[in-house]
Amino acid sequence: MPPIVSIKNVTKTYASGLQALKPINLDIRKGEIFALLGPNGAGKTTLINIICGIVTPSSGEIFADGHEIQRDYRPARAKIGLVPQELTTDRFETVWATTTFSRGLFGRAPDKAYVERILRDLSLWDRRKDQLQTLSGGMKRRVMIAKALSHEPTILFLDEPTAGVDVELRRDMWALVRRLRDNGVTIILTTHYIDEAEEMADRIGVINKGELILVEDKATLIKKLGKKQLTLVLQEPMTEIPPELGDWHLMLKAGGHELEYTFDANAERTGVPSLLRRITDIGVGFKDLNTTQSSLEDIFVSLVTERTGATA
Amino acid sequence: MNALTFNRHSVWAIYKFEMARALRTITQSIITPVMTTSLYFVVFGAAIGSRMTQVDGVPYGSFIVPGLIMLSLFTQSIFNGSFGIYFPKFVGTIYELLSAPISYLEIVVAYVGAAATKSIILGLLILTTASLFVPIRILHPEWMIAFLVLTSMTFSLFGFILGIWAQGFEQLQMIPMLIVTPLTFLGGSFYSISMLPPTWRTIALFNPVVYLISGFRWSFYGTSDVGVEISLAATLGFFIVCLLVVGWIFKTGYRLKS
Ligand SMILES: Nc1ncnc2c1ncn2[C@@H]1O[C@H](COP(=O)(O)OP(=O)(O)OP(=O)(O)O)[C@@H](O)[C@H]1O
Ligand SMILES: [Mg+2]
Repeated sequence: MPPIVSIKNVTKTYASGLQALKPINLDIRKGEIFALLGPNGAGKTTLINIICGIVTPSSGEIFADGHEIQRDYRPARAKIGLVPQELTTDRFETVWATTTFSRGLFGRAPDKAYVERILRDLSLWDRRKDQLQTLSGGMKRRVMIAKALSHEPTILFLDEPTAGVDVELRRDMWALVRRLRDNGVTIILTTHYIDEAEEMADRIGVINKGELILVEDKATLIKKLGKKQLTLVLQEPMTEIPPELGDWHLMLKAGGHELEYTFDANAERTGVPSLLRRITDIGVGFKDLNTTQSSLEDIFVSLVTERTGATA
Repeated sequence: MNALTFNRHSVWAIYKFEMARALRTITQSIITPVMTTSLYFVVFGAAIGSRMTQVDGVPYGSFIVPGLIMLSLFTQSIFNGSFGIYFPKFVGTIYELLSAPISYLEIVVAYVGAAATKSIILGLLILTTASLFVPIRILHPEWMIAFLVLTSMTFSLFGFILGIWAQGFEQLQMIPMLIVTPLTFLGGSFYSISMLPPTWRTIALFNPVVYLISGFRWSFYGTSDVGVEISLAATLGFFIVCLLVVGWIFKTGYRLKS
């Protein structure tokens, strides 16, 4: 199946001379939820804004559902919905007016039933006659989503959809995103909440300083880069690691009460059985042990700092 | 779908949105200009006009009506045209316009169309108000409407350009206040330039507004400072210049896209 969005050698240098994107190549698969991660200023919004037609790329091509976004902007943009990072609302408009406006703006014939369904889905129906300025921030964010969905897009960009949103609404949004995906909508989102990406995404891309440094299936990524840690809670505290255990590069933690061993969960030989055997052999007693697997967050942090370290 | 298809839903959405905004702010968009005009009549028409009697064979109060309408058309068209596009830029909702499947031509048609519609309605309202104060004759109604429509469109388009160019509210108000209003006052809204001393008359002829007002007044009373063809050509010329500038703006994304 051809990709629903295909980004080919896209770069962006702003008028200020700042290179926000180095050549980016990325294919988004139809029907997936793709999470774009990266620190502040990495270029996530720039990339999304280019795809949506808000920022002009310096070079490269982008195809949305087979249409080049600059040459064939009409069919391309008709397919795309965008919830921008910043909350920008026309404060004097009502919820209903602004949502029907968006639908019309995107070239769709009026459809009251459809707009009603979206507003109900987003729990905005009761507020439909209210001016946007009377809504809370979370509600405004939902209005932005309603606007983005009003023209029935098949590709949806969510630029930090859950920034400043409470836990309950976040859950609601996740549910909504899944529902959309189940209806065949492809979703590209950015987030600073790694747990969100971990929870939602099928695939993850990491962008840092304008460079796409990694694109991977979420599961593979966690597996591939996943480090596991084995912690042994000692019976007697230690002051230093016995030389017999030097091969395992252990760390002494909790004031000498714990030994920590970091290993690659996917490796052929993890070194765990031999370590445990050796410890028993040399007579170190432990009363408990547990293992933890690194989260996406740890992976992300190590990826980004590694890169930053390398280029600095 | 190709670039030639006209996206009527999009254009209609913007047009309707803009008209709805005008209705919501009806005091600002309609009542204020009508009241200002009435004040002009009291001051210029009644107070000064009683001493001036006639200009080019037309009672002074009636003589100033076309100029007054033009003055309002200029300022209100510019205001409406600029505000319509400046406001989304200012609050950030422009992202939606830029990401919509709409061509530049359609954006211009929608915004300028709405701004011009408002001006035309306003012009007719002022005309009606004026007719309550002074007798009005319209010798060439079709030309009157033509000038009304063309001027509204041209200045709305000019306002649209201003709205894209402006980076703050001061800039938005600067051009109308510092250039358009003075040129209009000096351009014979309240007098015929034939009343000026010869040197000033020559200088006045460099004022483009003279040509715009002159044709409009001719459609009322059949008298004019310059030929009506010249008036028409001047208005059309300004319209085309604005069109070219808008074309350039959209081609380069000037102050719209980074
Ligand atoms: N209009 C602009 N003009 C000049 N530079 C810009 C512009 N917009 C963004 N930048 C710069 O481009 C870089 C990338 O910005 P971008 O907004 O894409 O980052 P981001 O990954 O979305 O960050 P965040 O997580 O903070 O939203 C930043 O250095 C930013 O300062
Ligand atoms: Mg961003």
